[in-house]
Amino acid sequence: MTETLSAPAPLGSPPAHEVLLDVRDMKTHFKVLDGIVPAVDGVSFSLGRGQTLGIVGESGSGKSVTALTIMRLLDIPPAVIGAESEVWFDGREILHMPLDSMRRIRGKDMAMIFQEPLTSLNPVLSIGEQIGEQVRLHLKVSRHEARDRSIESLRSVGIPSPEARIKQFPHEMSGGMRQRVMIAMALSCEPKLLIADEPTTALDVTIQAQILELLKVIQQRTGSALLLITHDLGVVAEMVDHVVVMYAGQVVEQGTANEVMLEPKAPYTMGLLESIPTAEKRGGRLSVIKGVVPSPFHLPPACRFEPRCPYAWDLCHEVAPELYPVVGSGSGRRARCHLHQAAGESRRVAALELHADAMRVGRGLKEDPA
Amino acid sequence: MTAETPQSISPAGAPLLHVKGLKKHFPIHGGILKRQVATVYAVDGVDFDVFPGEVFSLVGESGCGKTTLGRSVLRLTEPTAGEVQFDGTDIIGLPVDELRRLRRQMQIIFQDPFGSLNPRMPISDIIGEGLLAQGLTDRKARDKKVEDALETVGLRREYTRRYPHEFSGGQRQRIGVARALALEPKFIVCDEPVSALDVSIQSQVLNLLLDLRRDFNLTYLFISHNLSVIQYFSDRVGVMYLGKIMEVGTVDDLYRNARHPYTIALLSAIPDPDPRRRQKRLVLKGDVPSPVAPPPGCRFSTRCWLREQLGNPERCTTEEPELRVISTGHRVACHFEDRITATTVADRVAAQSVIDTAIAAPV
Ligand SMILES: Nc1ncnc2c1ncn2[C@@H]1O[C@H](COP(=O)(O)OP(=O)(O)OP(=O)(O)O)[C@@H](O)[C@H]1O
Ligand SMILES: Nc1ncnc2c1ncn2[C@@H]1O[C@H](COP(=O)(O)OP(=O)(O)OP(=O)(O)O)[C@@H](O)[C@H]1O
Ligand code: SF4
Ligand SMILES: [Mg+2]
Ligand SMILES: [Mg+2]
Repeated sequence: MTETLSAPAPLGSPPAHEVLLDVRDMKTHFKVLDGIVPAVDGVSFSLGRGQTLGIVGESGSGKSVTALTIMRLLDIPPAVIGAESEVWFDGREILHMPLDSMRRIRGKDMAMIFQEPLTSLNPVLSIGEQIGEQVRLHLKVSRHEARDRSIESLRSVGIPSPEARIKQFPHEMSGGMRQRVMIAMALSCEPKLLIADEPTTALDVTIQAQILELLKVIQQRTGSALLLITHDLGVVAEMVDHVVVMYAGQVVEQGTANEVMLEPKAPYTMGLLESIPTAEKRGGRLSVIKGVVPSPFHLPPACRFEPRCPYAWDLCHEVAPELYPVVGSGSGRRARCHLHQAAGESRRVAALELHADAMRVGRGLKEDPA
Repeated sequence: MTAETPQSISPAGAPLLHVKGLKKHFPIHGGILKRQVATVYAVDGVDFDVFPGEVFSLVGESGCGKTTLGRSVLRLTEPTAGEVQFDGTDIIGLPVDELRRLRRQMQIIFQDPFGSLNPRMPISDIIGEGLLAQGLTDRKARDKKVEDALETVGLRREYTRRYPHEFSGGQRQRIGVARALALEPKFIVCDEPVSALDVSIQSQVLNLLLDLRRDFNLTYLFISHNLSVIQYFSDRVGVMYLGKIMEVGTVDDLYRNARHPYTIALLSAIPDPDPRRRQKRLVLKGDVPSPVAPPPGCRFSTRCWLREQLGNPERCTTEEPELRVISTGHRVACHFEDRITATTVADRVAAQSVIDTAIAAPV
């Protein structure tokens, strides 16, 4: 996503060496009774070695499905993966590789932390057994060595008296402690990529602070890349260098955290930031994004945000916008909105001014948003 | 469009709600004889006042007793001890039929917009239930009030015949608001009304609550664990920890001049959406202790960074700090509040390990 990384390699050939993860035109659809859910619909992004990238978006926008597709953790069917989609990881295409090759990568070079650790930890195995099993699967070490490594990894995430702790079961621990165990387990084989899907959403704010600080320090210490998924714009701003914003299965904006959070260019991101309550907006009304997220079965014909967009015009209803480069920015900076092509020039200036106002006071719409 | 200001209400005059020494303890039964084996000290001696027209908020981590407190002041759960006066009437001693009459003026919006609406009831019955309980038996008159309430919260009058599953999360929360409003109350307990909603929908509901407050002169007891929402929405705030209020004051008192070590840590923990303000946080150690066995002395002592910074003074674990007035309307329950300076906080942040933040509980 930085300028050096953004020269895209042609489909079918590996990206430059410094690109660790390269997601190209990912399409993950689900066949369900009512039809097809295009959960992830043409998503591309890349992540350099040791870098941090956040995926943000509201509920149902396709964040988790993106992560699960990368990890190859979805059942096929009902999931259908696009034949042209590619995911390159550490120089290899992993989306279409045989599953047993993928199993050797998963848990070792690429590990994942989930929102609710209780559902992803095995309830009948002790903490020590779970980490030990993972280590032995990937590192071919003795049982004894695996135990030492488990203790060490628990210690590294701040779990007190790990020698005693490894005998405990997941349900005997608090939510924050379980998330530490998940992190220890994910990091036990020193992965090159750590994917964290809403790692703190289920936790209290003071425990969230513990876990986020811990993740930051450990990510820096181990040099692994971090793909952080969250709906919390605050968490993104604190944790990552680059951001991808998703809406209805598509990337609608990308750039550095500073660019996206301080100068958003897609109307959806602008609206999201306007609607967050802040100290500055005290005394004013909050902005509202009218309406609701579209049903996956009735997506708007062109721009998926058009029915809710305060800046939309005819074109938005007729032609689907691409992820256009943002004028005057680096090549990693993009927005899926017609405001960012020639036809939108004059409207763009007006829209950005309205946004700046709304960030100061909030802008109200007193109408039925349904 | 008029700006709807959370006005600075000077806490003067008679409070609409007066709460004193309120306690709610839940017995835990166990063994074959189902004898009481322990007690959950969910709310354990809380004092506060809510003045007419203001938004008084309660903030705190999961399990600190916010919902129990909100339900206790309405007597939806029977308090174990303490006083609650509403508009000058003592509601603890009130006979049931008089309580029912008073309830009309005191409503609640529940925490969970998905669980709190009966899926088998049409919207007309969900909203009309309270009216019926208040003796409004005439169906036509009741339906009219239901439709009015729907309109007030920005939903269509025709929705009365629909069922909860036909609505989105934000719309369901509006239905919860309509249900509370139908009785034309003076006072509403809003228990996490936006916590289950996406940010874009959250702002719709917050705007609605502020509009209604202005239009109907409502008073809110607003419960949330989201400190940014509280700062935007409230006039005064009480910070709860393990069944007690640790600090109370105006939004400015708390957000600009927090004086309790717990409040300071809570504020430091909020992730800020402005990346330029990335800063080292003050990270608390450990988890909130169980309300079955609150720590002796100060309840916050097991996680308190100030106590550690001061070399663990004995007083923190032997004597429970009172909620003392430190300036007009600003009260703090900490023995050593006056020892907090910008330097104490900065020293702490510099000295802390962000890895060893789990407390060694017995294994
Ligand atoms: N196994 C499945 N079968 C059918 N549809 C699915 C399946 N998994 C996800 N979906 C749908 O795909 C879409 C994207 O879901 P996803 O879980 O990726 O959202 P998300 O952005 O992670 O949301 P949240 O913030 O709520 O976790 C949703 O419409 C969801 O209902
Ligand atoms: N009916 C009950 N019986 C026993 N314990 C209860 C009961 N209701 C609540 N508790 C306990 O009382 C404490 C306070 O619960 P309460 O629901 O009031 O917390 P809260 O601050 O609203 O938490 P949250 O933020 O998770 O909603 C908790 O430890 C809870 O488990
Ligand atoms: S009384 Fe002691 S333990 Fe409690 S908050 Fe103050 S310094 Fe911390
Ligand atoms: Mg998800
Ligand atoms: Mg609650």
